[in-house]
Amino acid sequence: MAGIDRVEIRKLAKRYGSERALAGVTLDLAAGSMCALLGHNGAGKTTLLGIVSTLVRQTGGTVAYRSNGAEVTGAAVRREIGMLAHASLCYGELTARENLALIAGLYEVDGSAAALDGALDRVGLDRKAWDRAARTYSRGMLQRLALARALLTRPSLLLLDEPFTGLDRDGALSLGRQLGALRDAGAIVVVVTHDLEAIADRADHVAILRRGQLVFEERGAYTYEQLKDVYHRHAN
Amino acid sequence: MALLRHAARVAWKDLRIELRSREIVYTMAFFGGAVPGMLWVAIALAGTIGLGRAFDRERENDTMRALLLAPVPRLAVFLGKAIATTVLVLAVAVVCAPMLAWLLDAPLFAYPGPLVLVVVLGAVGIAVIGSVFAATLLKVRSRDVLLPVILYPLLVPLFVAGTSSTSAQVAEFPNLDAAWYWIEFLGIYDSAFLVLSVWVFESLVIE
Repeated sequence: MAGIDRVEIRKLAKRYGSERALAGVTLDLAAGSMCALLGHNGAGKTTLLGIVSTLVRQTGGTVAYRSNGAEVTGAAVRREIGMLAHASLCYGELTARENLALIAGLYEVDGSAAALDGALDRVGLDRKAWDRAARTYSRGMLQRLALARALLTRPSLLLLDEPFTGLDRDGALSLGRQLGALRDAGAIVVVVTHDLEAIADRADHVAILRRGQLVFEERGAYTYEQLKDVYHRHAN
Repeated sequence: MALLRHAARVAWKDLRIELRSREIVYTMAFFGGAVPGMLWVAIALAGTIGLGRAFDRERENDTMRALLLAPVPRLAVFLGKAIATTVLVLAVAVVCAPMLAWLLDAPLFAYPGPLVLVVVLGAVGIAVIGSVFAATLLKVRSRDVLLPVILYPLLVPLFVAGTSSTSAQVAEFPNLDAAWYWIEFLGIYDSAFLVLSVWVFESLVIE
């Protein structure tokens, strides 16, 4: 399979008991684009990412994943998803190399020492830490390992929830560059963030959620000032 | 085969973490040592504590999501956790059983075949039933209280069968027919829950 090149979200709804998390969200995500998914806390961003990642079941609406027009389902979808969540999704008792080796095994991708080391190198994780248990890492180091884990499988759909959290300025810049490179290589990148500065000039698709509803969506490049203006006009 | 390969990966990951931290084995061995002569009580406590801890680890960095996100049958995640728990419960039984035989001078190993079988089936039952509920309760705040409350009633028939079979083997006049009857009961009980767990696991762990 060539990878997911389109995600079609239609009238997506999610309720947690009597709480409405999403209400009729319709959104298209296309290959080679970076979507900044914005909104205040509780707007429904993480729920939307959860449903697109297949880890949360919607109560209404559909999400269709397409590759060259054909619908992709089940494990084939999951194979194409790279996810960076609030938590690292890495085992604290395992070292960075062991965490990546586990993922390489489950995804059946190249798990050779060279491949794993290359992945850790690309995210700038200090070499001295590669064979240390991940529980000893700082927040920033853990975030780098989480990114290496997400990118190891060369996903065509990358879902990132607050990816800049815990990273220093160099780390945030480097991550921004990598996300841009992935987008340019044809991946669908979705970034949930409150850090408008980090995502400005990189995102080419902006979607804003408010109380579970999509209140703004537009494609195009945004400077920080433009993004800030759009955010304050629609998210509040 | 791919399912078993992935299940083995998940199980090996759990055992590797346990070998490194030894949290579960120490806790389980404590109960095994504190309740000599009560093999099945030790197995029950060890199983519940082991299950709780094994799934707590998946909660710490939300790693259960990583497993469920992997492009492997979600059934492999369930089987992997159940296999790892079975191995750990059996490790406790291996420590407890000789201790019990020695301390109480009980002829526990008079019929090693039935004894091994009943303990293995007991461990499998605890792991299968426990894994599905521990995974379901992973996101529930009061899971430490809820897990035993939900689990023990379902495990009671298993413990009754286990203790009945073991008693029949170590009695002054062993009753092997009764021992095998309870072993068969355990086999059926385990099989029923295995089928049920395989059927419902995915729908229970997806939010």
